[in-house]
Amino acid sequence: MTNVLNHLSRRTFIVGTGAAGLTIGVLAACSKPGDPGQSDLEPNPEVNAWVHIGHDDIVTVRIARSEMGQGTLTGLAQLVAEELECDWDKVVTEYPTPGENLARERVWGDFSTGGSQGLRGSHQYVREGAAAARIMLVEAAANEWGVPVSECSVSKGVISHTGSRKKTTYGKVASAAALLAPPLEVQLKDPKDWTIIGQPKLRLDTADKLTGVQVYGADLKLDGMLNASIKASPKLGGKVKSFDAAAVESMPGVKKVVQVGDDAVAVVADTWWRANKAVQALPVEWTGGLDYSSAAFEAELDDGLTSADAFLGNKAGDTAAAFADAAQVIEATYRVPHQNHAPMETMNATAVWTPEKCEVWCPTQNGEAALAAAATAADLPIEQCDVYKLHLGGGFGRRGMSDYVVQAVQIAKQMPGTPIKLLWSREEDMQHGFLHPTTKARMRGALDADGNLTALHVRISGQSILAALMPQALRDGADYATFQGLLPSGLDPRVEDQTLKYTFPNLLVDHAMRNPPVRPGFWRGVNANQNAVYLECFMDELAHAAGRDPLEFRLAHLQDSPKSATVLNAVAKESGWGSNDGKARGLCSFYSFGSYTAACAEVTVDEDGYLKIDRIVAATDPGNAVNPQQIEAQVQGSFVYGLSAMLYGEITFEDGEVQERNFDRFNSMRIADMPKVKTLVMPSGGFWGGVGEPTIAVAAPAVLNAIFAATGKRMRHLPLKDQSLRDA
Amino acid sequence: MATLNVNGQTLTVDVEDDTPLLWVLREQLGLTGAKYGCGIAQCGSCTVHVDGAPVRSCVFPVSALSGTAKITTIEGLSKAGDHPVQKAWAELDVPQCGYCQPGMIMAVAAMLKTNPNPTDEDIDAEITNICRCGTFVRVREGVHLAKTKKA
Ligand code: FES
Ligand code: FES
Repeated sequence: MTNVLNHLSRRTFIVGTGAAGLTIGVLAACSKPGDPGQSDLEPNPEVNAWVHIGHDDIVTVRIARSEMGQGTLTGLAQLVAEELECDWDKVVTEYPTPGENLARERVWGDFSTGGSQGLRGSHQYVREGAAAARIMLVEAAANEWGVPVSECSVSKGVISHTGSRKKTTYGKVASAAALLAPPLEVQLKDPKDWTIIGQPKLRLDTADKLTGVQVYGADLKLDGMLNASIKASPKLGGKVKSFDAAAVESMPGVKKVVQVGDDAVAVVADTWWRANKAVQALPVEWTGGLDYSSAAFEAELDDGLTSADAFLGNKAGDTAAAFADAAQVIEATYRVPHQNHAPMETMNATAVWTPEKCEVWCPTQNGEAALAAAATAADLPIEQCDVYKLHLGGGFGRRGMSDYVVQAVQIAKQMPGTPIKLLWSREEDMQHGFLHPTTKARMRGALDADGNLTALHVRISGQSILAALMPQALRDGADYATFQGLLPSGLDPRVEDQTLKYTFPNLLVDHAMRNPPVRPGFWRGVNANQNAVYLECFMDELAHAAGRDPLEFRLAHLQDSPKSATVLNAVAKESGWGSNDGKARGLCSFYSFGSYTAACAEVTVDEDGYLKIDRIVAATDPGNAVNPQQIEAQVQGSFVYGLSAMLYGEITFEDGEVQERNFDRFNSMRIADMPKVKTLVMPSGGFWGGVGEPTIAVAAPAVLNAIFAATGKRMRHLPLKDQSLRDA
Repeated sequence: MATLNVNGQTLTVDVEDDTPLLWVLREQLGLTGAKYGCGIAQCGSCTVHVDGAPVRSCVFPVSALSGTAKITTIEGLSKAGDHPVQKAWAELDVPQCGYCQPGMIMAVAAMLKTNPNPTDEDIDAEITNICRCGTFVRVREGVHLAKTKKA
């Protein structure tokens, strides 16, 4: 019964990269990537939690955060290799498990991977861990030679003694180093001496993604494993009343029909195709649920645009007085709908449960939360459970949730000892997301007779993520995350990376919370997505109303944020802003996740209203740029995600049921829609901003402003599909 | 029962007639390179070659295959991962999460076989795979680079 568990014990389940490749159930304890199977050598112990070095000098870097395509794995390895002074060509990586982290008093810190925190949230302790390992390795060599440490130096994993010209390698002293006490203090390198950080290194995890060898959660196969497909209530909040298992039990391959929690049924079969066919055929009677309709909810959002109940987000001066004195008041209403994350790999988890133990293999952005959820669902002490992380086929925030892990354990618990792989169909994935919240905004601006912006009121109406997912994080009922990118500086160090960089003489930003009964989630970029649309499209409207150049108009309010002005000026210059070449251009400037970003989009709208996004010039100042070519890839990728939502993305409900259940109705950009992207990576040093998310915010506003430049028509309701870009 | 020629090997599998080729490859034959993304021919993650032509295998019932059809999956595209498309992809670091890439690579490889020198317009028309990570800029560069490479 415990075969599978032994077969895939921790030592034999290592997700590696680079030289070692992915290895599942192949590596024995004596043949870790760092030990090429020499039978006469004991494998080296780890130098410390972050670093293992084998006899062959292969450096295995332990990575706590999850790789979902954003390149964090390579970036973190660069941080470690820099301070370790090892040979980059000998670096491989592995994931420690959340269970090990727990057992070792969270030596690897936080596993959660979201908020563009992968590097910026852990660079300090990761680099310190690597520097400590380097000090121990050099000390071990010095001890062996009987010379002072100060006479030894290291380069690319080779330690040298100046006087005697002796040389040794990390691999040879790693086991002696492991016995030394770690240094009490370490000095990190001066950024000007970096040789690996800041370099456009190729990713460590590419090779297996080109040959089909990379094993994602959906591909995992364990001995004796069965497959499950699930169907949860299609109606919001609905429960299972009854189901007719007998109707499908004789279908090919079916092993068991089970209820999962109170709102889902699943079929377990030998293959997933058969399980899914049976679950689709399974007669289920549902009960309860809500008749929620997105169309009807618009009225509530509209009510919030002018209602008196609103939480304050940011305030300066006296907006009421300024509006009263205005020469011109401009007003506009914007709207963004619900979005699904729709990563290419649908939700999945593989679980095996016995009365003593529960183990889960899954793609997750939050290993520790997945472990806690698994233990609760397993009804076992957390020490008797563990989670093995696999590379994610996309995450975008969806895989920070553990609902699919819970379901897999709930199914596995009904078949003790048998590993169960639960894979959601795309239809299931579309219907049971944690959706990007829906909001509207009423924007009002006051201009004086000279075309100066004297007051701005941003009223957001709509859904709060925190109210649903983390109510403990609300402050007197207010959700500050709703004000992402619009917050005042100095409010709270935890949201200082999401503050407004414009200075306005009179400002009011407030939020009328209107929560539909739809579970919201953190969706790449989170609330910066719509807040950038609201603010930056309206800034364009104001500039136009004032008869001023949109670049100059923005710069006039960025006097207190020179870094914002620098990236904005850079995109304007690079794209030829202001030139008389007939191109329709639109600008956007935004600050979120600690990075200064800007974009200038160039579009063509033909006479029939067909849109072609020709090019976007983007700039980002993330402080330190760990891997510029990966930053470029993240900018391009974030644009696809953001523009797919702007063009096509919308999840709607009728009678409590999601209407868009696959990519036929929830479309996503194709290569033909893709603009050229020019990325200016402009690290100014001295701080650590995010990369995966911040630039998503500038794509849509820049394009929408460019559409106006092309057509004279403002597109204020997203998505654009089914709307004419030109007035008839 | 169905007999298939996959990556040069002839194999017999015991499946229902309506089983899509994708699931036969993944579950009966253990070739998990081709991915499930939508199951309705929208995303292209499941793209394999049937007699050299790109096929969205999630909607291709195994019973529709002629006994002599030659199926190639990403696992059989090249012996050492050195098909020109794979080489170009490695050089440009095209994949992000990588989940869509086996399908993307197979679609591009099939296009290059019939059209060794595609223009940007050809690429727009031929390559309609979804990539939620958004690798399109590098996919396009990769196609142009692959054109210049030899196997
Ligand atoms: S899985 Fe076949 S096209 Fe999407
Ligand atoms: S690389 Fe992730 S979906 Fe394409």
